[in-house]
Amino acid sequence: MSCNDCNKVGDPRYDELKLYIDSLRDKPHFESYLIAVLHRAQELFGYLSEETMNYVSCDMNIPTAQIWGVATFYHFFNLTKQGKHTVSVCMGTACYVKGAADVLETLKKELGVEIGETSDDGIFTLGEARCVGACGLAPVMMIDDEIYGDLTADKVISIIKKYREEAKGAA
Amino acid sequence: MKANEITIYINNKQYKVQKGQTVMQAADSLGYHIPRLCYHPKLSIEGACRVCIVEVEGAKSFVASCAAPVVDGMRIHTNTKAIRQARRDIVELILDNHPQDCHTCERDGNCELQRLSASMGISKRFFEGERKHYEEDHSSKSVVRNPNKCILCGRCVRMCSQIQKVTNLGLAGRGFETVVMPAFEQGMEDSVCVNCGQCINICPTAAFLEQGHSEAVFDILSDDSVVKVVNVAPSVRAAIGESFGLEAGTNCEGQIFASLRKLGFDYVFDTNFTADLTIMEEAAELVERITTGGVLPMITSCSPGWVKCLEQFHPDMVAHLSTCKSPMSMAGAIIKTYFAGKIGVDPKHIVNVGVMPCTAKKYEAARPEMNTDGNISTDYSLTTRELAWMIKSAGIDFVNIKPEEPDNPIGLSTGAGVIFGATGGVMEAAIRTAYYMITGKEMGEVKVEAVRGFEGIKEATLDINDMEIRVAVAHGLGNAAKLMSIVKKHPERYHFIEIMACPGGCIGGGGQPYPMTNSIPLDEKSLAKRASALYNSDDANELRRSHENPFIKTLYDEFLGEPLSEKSHRLLHTHYQRREPNGIIPKEIEPLSA
Ligand code: SF4
Ligand code: SF4
Ligand code: SF4
Ligand code: FES
Ligand code: FES
Repeated sequence: MSCNDCNKVGDPRYDELKLYIDSLRDKPHFESYLIAVLHRAQELFGYLSEETMNYVSCDMNIPTAQIWGVATFYHFFNLTKQGKHTVSVCMGTACYVKGAADVLETLKKELGVEIGETSDDGIFTLGEARCVGACGLAPVMMIDDEIYGDLTADKVISIIKKYREEAKGAA
Repeated sequence: MKANEITIYINNKQYKVQKGQTVMQAADSLGYHIPRLCYHPKLSIEGACRVCIVEVEGAKSFVASCAAPVVDGMRIHTNTKAIRQARRDIVELILDNHPQDCHTCERDGNCELQRLSASMGISKRFFEGERKHYEEDHSSKSVVRNPNKCILCGRCVRMCSQIQKVTNLGLAGRGFETVVMPAFEQGMEDSVCVNCGQCINICPTAAFLEQGHSEAVFDILSDDSVVKVVNVAPSVRAAIGESFGLEAGTNCEGQIFASLRKLGFDYVFDTNFTADLTIMEEAAELVERITTGGVLPMITSCSPGWVKCLEQFHPDMVAHLSTCKSPMSMAGAIIKTYFAGKIGVDPKHIVNVGVMPCTAKKYEAARPEMNTDGNISTDYSLTTRELAWMIKSAGIDFVNIKPEEPDNPIGLSTGAGVIFGATGGVMEAAIRTAYYMITGKEMGEVKVEAVRGFEGIKEATLDINDMEIRVAVAHGLGNAAKLMSIVKKHPERYHFIEIMACPGGCIGGGGQPYPMTNSIPLDEKSLAKRASALYNSDDANELRRSHENPFIKTLYDEFLGEPLSEKSHRLLHTHYQRREPNGIIPKEIEPLSA
């Protein structure tokens, strides 16, 4: 077997993950715990990186292509690094009509990312949402669980600034 | 009534069948061919496409016949109006999302989806569904992946994991967005793909294809500034006829050589000759390793899919690989040195084309380790399918053409060279010559039956000068993986191992013609016919042993000296390397009870 990933010494999160995998190893149909293991990995790392999937592949002896299949099948797995905050622009009909596309453009520029990506400072991950049930406020975006409506480009930028300063202040 | 027999009714006719079969298997044995897509007898049952539905009286809905077992008293209907309509709807649904560009598609005329839809009586299309718009993956030297043509039957995924144990492919994503791809959506080039091309063979559509070299070769053929040389691998002659409607196993070597001349090649050579040369070097290497305590078991290296498989999955075993280049790369080396000298042409002005049963040969040709004194040994490597297409495209009447002989000196070959194309052939050829090298005598019986046939792993013990030589042969990478686990557990068990990446050996190569309407991929009957074409050619040859080839003798006298000479080492041998592509780990395979 050729694998260098099994010895991720130095990162305690891998020790933790290994402990978890080891606790399952003697169960019947060990491989069927893959989803649980990936969940644990996501809890530890925030998302599933190639490195982490290779590690799981190696330690559980499950081919990487199969792990990739599982990781892409379930929506609850993140395959990219997640920012501290998730910004989702509503692309529902009402918001779309009221200029959701402009909101999205503003955010892409301001954060320097495409949809699904995380800003370099690690603070924001940009996403899209279907109607979030606040059509009266369209166009709308959500930051984590908070809804922001009646958006304009300026308003979007000032909201983002607020979050950015808070995050930096906390750090 | 016998214990295991039950009674079923198909289309109101009564039959006695064995218990424990599926409805589809029972129907097959009774002469009813139920349409199917995701099912393949050598792969696990997926039950995904539902093309194979039948009506079972008393069942609430239609039953997928590939997955449902027969039950005593079962009344099955395969061809009612309702079932025909339902099946047609299923296939139409597939077509709705399929790019209907058959007239520019490589599989046109040899596509399972086309055949299926024609057999459903689908003539007009009323509805255009959402099309897929994925990027094609051309990164690999050997295999092109085009998800737009994929109908998600999953056969390639199971082929790559269950038969080949490479598990490069998976179904990623869900629903309409499901795509067959390597881990991490990486290009085939960076993946663990070993380039065997078996996914191409098993795919019903054009979603997997070889990286095409035929247009480039056509360009070369009209270039007067270069000398055009071609060499044809053993197994191509046993299979190419199928592309022209001939029976599997029709030996077409004369037609191939004649067609290649008509296409415009200046020198038409036979890779069989360098197969003989490979045997001279490989048998000598084996004898040397055995007598001087070298690394054993020695493992053959002529299958480039296998070589990459070993390099990445068993990197600790690289030293076990024979250092011999493959017959194709030896042909290139000899053409660009010895032969170039003979015709007085700078090797830079020679273009050498290999015609191979194999997609991985394209990858091998591009490996810098195969170069000859800084020149690429094989400029282009065509698959059997590509050559067949070129012959058709150039309007050559392959079936009726007058057979011709290859050119010398790289033309004459022995029966040992031609059997390279079938699993066990390299082993048998090597044994014939190694026996002579060790004892100075010829073996009594020239055939080595124990290493012939399609058993996944074959073993034989030979007695040569009171020395016990133990050998093993595996074909298909799943069997190779099993054999490697045995070797890791019992390192002393074998002296010499032959491994071919493709099921059946090169005759089942990833570049061979697609199955005709009356056959399916991996069908052992067709493979056996191709193999017998090679064994018959061996029987018919007066020369059965590589060391009897007079032109091989001349080549050593005039040029190489002797096997394993310094010159041989420089030109005919190479080295291999550990590889660690992203996302490895084939499943460890339980060793046979050994
Ligand atoms: S894969 Fe088959 S059905 Fe699809 S375009 Fe090509 S020939 Fe036509
Ligand atoms: S070429 Fe072989 S190894 Fe590569 S994806 Fe296809 S079946 Fe798998
Ligand atoms: S690529 Fe071919 S074999 Fe694989 S799932 Fe798609 S249609 Fe089936
Ligand atoms: S469409 Fe955006 S909130 Fe309803
Ligand atoms: S062939 Fe039976 S479900 Fe596909």
